[in-house]
Amino acid sequence: MSAHADLLLEMADDELILGWRNSEWTGIAPFLEEDVAFSSIAQNEIGHARALYELVAEELGTDADALAFDRDDHEYRCAPLVQLRLVPDWARTIARHFLYETADSFRLMLLKEMDDEVVAGLAAKIDREEAYHRMHARMWADRLLGDPEGRERLKAALVELWPYALGLLDAECNPRYVEYVQGYVGFELPEVEPARREQHLDELPDLLREMTMVRRIAPAGQW
Amino acid sequence: MVTAEQVWDALAGIPDPEIPAVSLVDLGVIRDVRVEDGRVRVAFTPTFLGCPALELMRDEMAGAIAGLGAEPEIEVVRDDSWSTDRITPEGREKLRRAGFAPPAPRPEGELGLVQIRQAVFRCPYCGSTETTLENIFGPTPCRSIRYCTACRQPFEQFKTI
Repeated sequence: MSAHADLLLEMADDELILGWRNSEWTGIAPFLEEDVAFSSIAQNEIGHARALYELVAEELGTDADALAFDRDDHEYRCAPLVQLRLVPDWARTIARHFLYETADSFRLMLLKEMDDEVVAGLAAKIDREEAYHRMHARMWADRLLGDPEGRERLKAALVELWPYALGLLDAECNPRYVEYVQGYVGFELPEVEPARREQHLDELPDLLREMTMVRRIAPAGQW
Repeated sequence: MVTAEQVWDALAGIPDPEIPAVSLVDLGVIRDVRVEDGRVRVAFTPTFLGCPALELMRDEMAGAIAGLGAEPEIEVVRDDSWSTDRITPEGREKLRRAGFAPPAPRPEGELGLVQIRQAVFRCPYCGSTETTLENIFGPTPCRSIRYCTACRQPFEQFKTI
């Protein structure tokens, strides 16, 4: 597989698994608006995953569903940050949302400048939609940072999730990311080793099992 | 022999599956129609990538073209060439009549929350500009929720993209 397809597959896996995790808030978010927001964000992320899988599938001679649902557990490349099951903790969810969407914007910025017009074009389209996710993430980060209890809880969550966040981007991208996040939240985050992408957390297999269940029961099903 | 004009007319008769008040042509998602020897190639730009109506739109376009006696070929173009700026003036008017505030123009740089909050969106029911953003997100990827403080009616706004 080309380096290029490798990167797209990592992104697709991140978006699919995060989309799944975000959808776990459907029906149980703190209030109705957030129920709608997290469900809609999840739908967008899964749409992005599909478009990215389709590109990779062309190179590998397979299809998007096969990449999303038919691989063995160890073949998924999603970063540990998106694997974490965070319901029902709102502060940790907002921390991940902010950390992920910010990192994703750095990654999309690079893709938008690539020579490959198809990849650059898709990245530009994804980025238009992601602008709404970033708005939402910043709105919530601002809201929690503006309240004493919210600030403490968000800060604790950011510190806890920081090694995972650093595992999203490569070493070259990380310094700018670190600078941006610290500048935004207004405090320093610990210098830690990134949680590597190859690492699978204990909660991932359950998610994969549930996500692929229908596909395994009816592999040839048309929906 | 099918002409491009007949194809455009047929596509203009296909409603958006989620907002049937507007057609695919009103939405501006048809980028190009080419007719060659009984084959019709349509370049189609999705609105939002997570839109569940994409397959339905593609199938309906193919069906409409087959109905004209031509062989359809729908090419899905996933680049940044579709924007809500491509919704036609007729499409914007139809949205308004169906209770949706049409989208604001796409800005030069990245769209921010402040711009959305400050943009003027007229209530599609009473025409007042005293409306506020309730939720960036709505029941489908393309909509936000606003509230009119004049007639106390919530309404949907088409997101700018």
